[in-house]
Formats: sequence, C-alpha cells, structure tokens
Amino acid sequence: MDWLQSLRLVAPELLLSIAGLILLLASAWARCDRDARVITWLSVATLAGCAVLVVPTLWSGAHGPETLAFSGLYSANAFAAFAKLLIYAAAGASLLVAPAFFERLGAYRPEYPVLVLFAVMGMGIMVSATNLLTLYIGLELNSLAAYVLAAFLRSDDRSAEAGLKYFVLGSLASGILLFGISLTYGFTGTIDFAGIATALQGGLSTGATFGLVFVLAGLAFKISAVPFHMWTPDVYEGAPTPVTTFFASAPKVAALGLTMIVSLQAFGTQVSAWQPIVIFAALASIVVGALGAIGQTNLKRLLAYSSINNVGFLLIGLAAATPQGAAGMLVYLTIYVAMTIGGFVAVLMLKDADGNPVEELADIAGLSSHRKVLAACIAMIMFSLAGIPPLFGFWGKFVVFQAAVQAGLIPLAAIGIAASVIGAFYYLKVVKVMYFDEPANKAVGQSDWIHQALLALCALFISPAGYLLTKCLGALAATAAAVLFHA
Amino acid sequence: MADFPILSVMLLVPLVAAVACLLVEAKAARTIALIATLIDFVLGALLWANYDIGGAQWQFVEKVPLFAGFSWALGIDGIALMLIMLSVFLMPICILASHSIDKRVGEYMAAFLLMETLMIGVFAAQDLFLFYIMFEAGLIPMYLIIGIWGGADRIYASYKFFLYTLLGSVLMMIAMLWMVNEAGTTDIPTLMAYDFPVEAQKLLWLAFFASFAVKMPMWPVHTWLPDAHVQAPTAGSVILAGVLLKMGGYGFIRFSLPMFPEASAHFAWLVFWLSMIAVVVTSLIALVQHDMKKLIAYSSVAHMAIVTVGLFAFNVQGLEGTMIVMLSHGLVAGALFLCVGVIYDRLHTREISRYGGLSINMPKYAIFFMLFTMASVGLPGTSGFVGEFLALVGIYQVSSLVALVCGTGIILGAGYMLYLYRRICFGEQKNADAAAMPDLNRREFWMLGVIGAVVLWMGVYPESFLAPMRADIAALDARLARARPAGDAQLIAGQPQAAAQSHEPAAAHAEGAH
Repeated sequence: MDWLQSLRLVAPELLLSIAGLILLLASAWARCDRDARVITWLSVATLAGCAVLVVPTLWSGAHGPETLAFSGLYSANAFAAFAKLLIYAAAGASLLVAPAFFERLGAYRPEYPVLVLFAVMGMGIMVSATNLLTLYIGLELNSLAAYVLAAFLRSDDRSAEAGLKYFVLGSLASGILLFGISLTYGFTGTIDFAGIATALQGGLSTGATFGLVFVLAGLAFKISAVPFHMWTPDVYEGAPTPVTTFFASAPKVAALGLTMIVSLQAFGTQVSAWQPIVIFAALASIVVGALGAIGQTNLKRLLAYSSINNVGFLLIGLAAATPQGAAGMLVYLTIYVAMTIGGFVAVLMLKDADGNPVEELADIAGLSSHRKVLAACIAMIMFSLAGIPPLFGFWGKFVVFQAAVQAGLIPLAAIGIAASVIGAFYYLKVVKVMYFDEPANKAVGQSDWIHQALLALCALFISPAGYLLTKCLGALAATAAAVLFHA
Repeated sequence: MADFPILSVMLLVPLVAAVACLLVEAKAARTIALIATLIDFVLGALLWANYDIGGAQWQFVEKVPLFAGFSWALGIDGIALMLIMLSVFLMPICILASHSIDKRVGEYMAAFLLMETLMIGVFAAQDLFLFYIMFEAGLIPMYLIIGIWGGADRIYASYKFFLYTLLGSVLMMIAMLWMVNEAGTTDIPTLMAYDFPVEAQKLLWLAFFASFAVKMPMWPVHTWLPDAHVQAPTAGSVILAGVLLKMGGYGFIRFSLPMFPEASAHFAWLVFWLSMIAVVVTSLIALVQHDMKKLIAYSSVAHMAIVTVGLFAFNVQGLEGTMIVMLSHGLVAGALFLCVGVIYDRLHTREISRYGGLSINMPKYAIFFMLFTMASVGLPGTSGFVGEFLALVGIYQVSSLVALVCGTGIILGAGYMLYLYRRICFGEQKNADAAAMPDLNRREFWMLGVIGAVVLWMGVYPESFLAPMRADIAALDARLARARPAGDAQLIAGQPQAAAQSHEPAAAHAEGAH
C-alpha cells in the first residue's frame, strides 16, 4: 500500500484539515461579521467539495482491501461514504443557520465554522474507522470541538453550563470507552475490527464481555441512548440553537454509524452477546424519551427528548443485526436528520417582535393564526416525528420495524411500536398549542431567508413527495449497509 | 374508458382542490370545495355506471411500482364501489352543511378535501401498505377538524380520537409486516387467497381486530366516539359517522374475514359477546342522553354492533345485511347529524330540553327528521329495515341467542329515537326562542332531500345496491365455508310425505317444457 494511494483515499479528511487550518489562520485576521460570513461560506463550500469526493465511493459500493488506507487503519468504503454525506449535509445546514443567530447577539466568530470543520473531520474518521484507536481519535477530535461549540456563547451562563456539562460527562464516557477498548485489546490481542471478530469467533471470555459492555456504554453516551441520556436535554437547551442543530444531527449520525461498525463488524461474530443490551437500550430510549418529553415546556428540551426517542427506534434496526436492519437504520437516519434540522431551524425562526428568540411552548400558542406557513411546517415535522403516514417519518419507522419483523424480533417490534403512541402524545401537544390554543401573539418576528429556504427544503423532503425517493434511498442504503456484512 | 385511471383521478381532484383552498380566501374556497366534491361525485357515478356487474372481481385496476416496499395499486370490487359511492355522495353535502363555519374557511375545506382523498384511497387501495398509509393518514385532518372547529371540549376529544385510533392501528402495522414477510407480497387480492398457519392467524386477527374494533367502534373501546361526535362540527360528525366508522367494517370484510377465516371463526364468540353487550348497553345509554349528538353517537355504536354480528355470521345473508346496514347507517346517521346541525345553527345548543314542538314552526324539518328517525329505527320501506333484517336473519342461522339479544336493539332503538323525536318535534312549544326558529331554507331542504330519496330508494329497491356486491359476497362466503361454525338450530329433516313425491315428476316435466 503506497502512501499516494492512502492519501487519495483520505482525500475528504485531507481537504477538511487543510481547509480548516487555512481558515483558522484566516480567521485570525477576520475583523467584522462580514469576514466571519465569508469564512462560513468557504466552510460550506469545503463541505460541498468533500461531498463531491465521497459520492463516487458510495455509488460504486466500494468495500474490501482496496478501500483500506495506512495499513488498514482507515477504510473509505461505501458505508462511510453514506454516513459522511449525511454528516456533511447536516454540518452544512448548521453552518448556514448560524450567522443570522449569532450576529444579532454580536457574538459571531469565524472560529465557529472552523470548529465545525474539525468536528466534521473527526466524524469522518469515526465512520471510516477499522480499528479501535482510529475510532478513539476520531471520537475525541469530534468531541473536543463539540465541547467548545456548546460553550460558544461565552457571556451566556446557560451556554457555559452546557459546555461544562458536556465536557465532564463526555470525558467520563470517553474514559469508559477507553477502558472498554483496553479490555477488548487485552482479551483479544488486537485492536483491528476484523481481528477482533476473528478472535471472538470461538466464544466470548468474561473479560471480553466486559470490554464489549464498556465500549457499548461509551458509545451509548455519544448517541444519547437510555440510560446514558441525562446530559442531552441540558446540553441541547443550553447550547446556542445552531449548535444544538449541529449536535442533534451530524454527531448522531457519526456515533450511530460507529456503533453499527463496532457492533456488526468488530463484535459481529457475537451478536447474541450485545443484542439484549441493544434491545434494552432501544425500548428504554423509546419509553424514556416519550415520557420525558411530556412535561417539557421548552421546545429545545422537547426536541432533545424526541431525539432520545428516535435513537430508540434506530436501535431497533441495530437489534435486528441483519443487512436489512442496517439499511433501515441508514434510511431512518437520513429522514431523522431532515426532521431534526427542520425542527431546530423552525425553532430558530421563532422570534418575538424585537427579534429575541422564542423557545417556550406557551409562546407559540396560536402560531397558525399569524405564521401560517411556519406553523404548517412545524406541524408536518411533528406528525412526521410521530411517524404518522403519509409523512416521510413513517417510512423510517416502517423500514426499521420491517427489518425487526424479518429478523423474528416480533415482540420487540410490537412493544416498540405500541410505545411510539406515547410519543405521539407530545408531538400532538405541539400541534395543539399552535392550532387550537388562543394566539399568544408572541412569535411574530420575521425570519432570515436562509432559514426559510432550509425549512422549506426539509419540509419538502418529509412531505409525501419524499416517498418518491424511497427506491433510490433504499438502494443506496442497502449498498452502504452491505459493506458491514462483507466479512 | 378502459385505460382512463379514474380512481387516481378521483384521488387527485380533491387533493388539488385542497391545495387550492389553502391559497384563496373564504368564499372562493367554498366554491372550489363544492365543485371538487361534485366532480368526484360525477366520477363516482361514472364508476358505478361502468362497473361491470358479474365481470372481473377487481375492476378499474391500476398498478405502478412507484415505491421501494409497495406499489401504487388501486382497484375496486363491488363492496369498495358502494363505500366509495357513499363517500363521494356525502362529501358535497358536508361542504354545503359547513355554511356556519366562518373561521379559517380555506383550511377547513382543505382538511375535508384531504379527508375525501384518503377515504377513497382506503377503499380503493389494493396494496396492503398503501391501505395502511391512507387509513392512518386520515387521523391528521380529522384531528385538526375536531380540534380547530369543534365545540367547547374539543381538545380533549381530539386527543382521545387520535391516540385511541393510533394505538389501535400500530399493532396492525406489525401484523402487516409479518404477513408480507410470510406471503412475500403486498397485493391485497393475493393475500385474500393466502392461507396463513392457523396459530399465526389468531395473533394476526387480534392485531387487526385491535385496529378495526377501535375504528368501528365496538364496546368497550367506543368511548372516543361520543366525545369526538359531540365536539366535532356538524360536517365532521357526518363524515365520522358516515364514512370513517365504515372503515372498521370494511377492514373486517376485506382483511380479517378472508385472510384469517379460521381465526375469525375461533374468535366469533368474542365478537358476538362484545356486540350483544354493545347493543343493549349503548342503547340504554342512548335512552338517557340529554345531548342530541351524544344520543345519535351512542345509537351509532349500537348499529355498528349489528354490523359486527352480521359479519361474523359467516353466511351470505349476514354479509349482505352488514353491507346494507353500513350504507344505510352512513346515510341515516349522517342525515340525523345534519338534522341536529340545522337546529344547532339556529339555537346553538344541543340540549334536547331546549327544544320542543318544532313540528309546529318547522313542519318540513319535522317531516325529514321523522323519515330519518324511522330509518334509524328500521321501519320497512326505509334502508334501515333491509339491512337489519338481513343481518339478523344471517345471525339467526348461527345462534338464536345472539339474534334475540341483538333483536332487542331494534326495540330499544325505537325507544330512544321516538323518545328523542317526541321531545324535539312534538309537545308544547315551551321555549320561545325555539318556537321562533324558521323552517328549512332551500340549501338545507336539498341536503336532507337527496339523502331522504336515497334512503327510500335503498329501502324499496335494495337490489340496485346489492347487485354489484353479490358476486364478491358470494366469493367471500365460499372462502369462509371451510371455517363456518355449526349453527345452534338443530334442524331435523321431516319425513317426506307421499304427496310430495307426486309433485316431483310434475316439476321435472314443467322444467322440461320450458
């Protein structure tokens, strides 16, 4: 494996790091908001360039030895390409919405897009990892950037609190993960995923079981699955809304992709060992996410619980441990990213007459009487999150449950789908507040055109028109998921 | 005509009109909605006129594999045809009945038009998942209709409606996934002929039952219905009673019975007991209501119980009766809600005691109300009689007990309906404001008039409505034959008498002479 070949394979990460470093340098000279805006646009362009670089990989369904770079530490396969496309799209959206939000507070800094670029690079490494150490490096690169982003509004107490909480709990999780990695290494003698799978073929020793449990616990923290979800509502609420948009979308994709790689590749020969853990986490996330959301009055906290709830449904696809399940998860993730970005962009668009952000549920009472289109978009997102057909959110749940049923996990599917009715209650509550209650006339401010365009795009994607994409999306997801099952 | 995708067009017309209604102001929205529903009615009439009775079982079939897991497959048999006719017939009337709606008219009309698309879609879908999507999607517009334009307690009612029906349907989703996995197809006609293992059938049946029983609604999961009916605006009640409840019955006749015959026979007694309790209990509850809409809502539950016993009688009379009860109830309950709406628009109360002696100042109204009351009771000559009689004949062959108990429903029905009629239309004009109400205007007269005409038509010559469905019901009956439970009537063949023998050659001779 010559170096040129390796460098060619890591081209997206290479582009991201070079662009990130140059922009970081440039930001030292940035004086005003306009400069920061230019850097933001350049960052978006970088992400678009990376996306162009990974598309052929996904299209060709690349897998196997020719995708391995640096002596098998990194793999540029179709699965990673699928996840990266989602990550780039989500990160791009979080960049686009940021300037309008921060500039009003006078707090926009060109470091924001640069940090996002570094986080995205970390995520790219995560989903391309073929090795426990590559995994850890990617995860930490992403996390360190994310901690800073959470505390980006330095003068705001809530933002600082969110950053600190995220940092303390995130470090704890990283510690747990590292401990799991060391145990796994100790009992299998390798940190290479394929090697671990081979070593575990014969059976799982007690030590390796502990390693597996700790690795999964560390990853569960990153995807905010129950019982490692406690940080999510606080961080989502405290962090500036564009950052929350980012947290709820891109890192979720990366962490879930990573969880899939670790479970299905590294521990792919010991499915029965981790399946009960995943089933528990799935059902607990669905129920806790749904019950926790009922009492929430803050929209961002509500969406945080909604994301916990959604992770539960995604894990049902993982529990199936089949190519269909993995493909279903990827389809669900795509739709989830669109719904989440739509949801948070809608929250960003809620402003009072002076342009201050409105985040309380009570403040959007009767929204449908003065912001018809915005209310209709939020209602669509809510019904879609609840999984009510004909909105596209239903399709995500459909493919995941289909995979679970095909894998014979019928009780899991039945309990999971019955619990989704609890979730429907609070999604309905948002619709009820907007449509049935007397207008509070609070959220009357005008919104930025970029926000409107993004929301329109997300709404179009989750509208019934999205079903026309099912064939293409399903085929791509199946190509990507197949990579995980090529032993 | 053969290649014209009439069903897709029928789905598309209200959908396009719904979008248009959102963009224009109130008056134009009313016009657009009325025109769109009338176009759909004309298309429906064309559908009926071109339906080839005795031809292929599935007609007007369209199939485009648009999606990854399922396809855009439409097609109807006689049963679906009749229910589609019911929907497209009631829709223009609903639009006319919405005259008193004055807030957010465009959105209101859009919700109704969307509802129409989804209702037709449910009855025309030939793909399992397409059916599910249409079936579930109906929750969204109905939730909004009840919640935005409903009465005082509308929010509670809208939640109850949504969550009850959603909880019922999600398990059906899992059952459908299992079935498709097992049978390898999403095509409803194929699945109707597929034999699932008996043990699996039972679980599948229960999952479908959970959904349809809530939709129907059967006792004891009927409690969402009175709330939803009372709080919904008049047209919303008409659609709920007229069409949405029929989706439950349609579900049984299209899915539960043909797909799981053995399980249906196994659980028939569960259905019978729930239905018997429903007939008696909800009729008694209806007797003591003070709210007109609530009374009619409870009477709907009782009528739907007759539908369920008829379905699980496993014979042709029961099935045909069931279909006629469904059609008849759709018209009659819809018309009764319209009657309530007419006086509610004038006095803004549904309290029965606030009215009285309306036959004096509203004679035309009293006549129509009388007609629909009688049809609801099941007076011969009206549609109610035909259906209930057939359904009870059907069930009598299976169990005299069930027929007896359900028969009391007719007596109790006469009790609460006539009592209602007496309190509203007869007696003294004790309330001055009620006595001052003007009689029906032309719009209301025509709304009730056309329904009345169809109710009489169905009562006098039900063959028009039975003919398209006959072959389909016979096919269903043949499919059910293997699981049919034995009746409790112990018929003992008598000794043939000597005179009978002499008849036979004569009869044979007569046959030959023709």
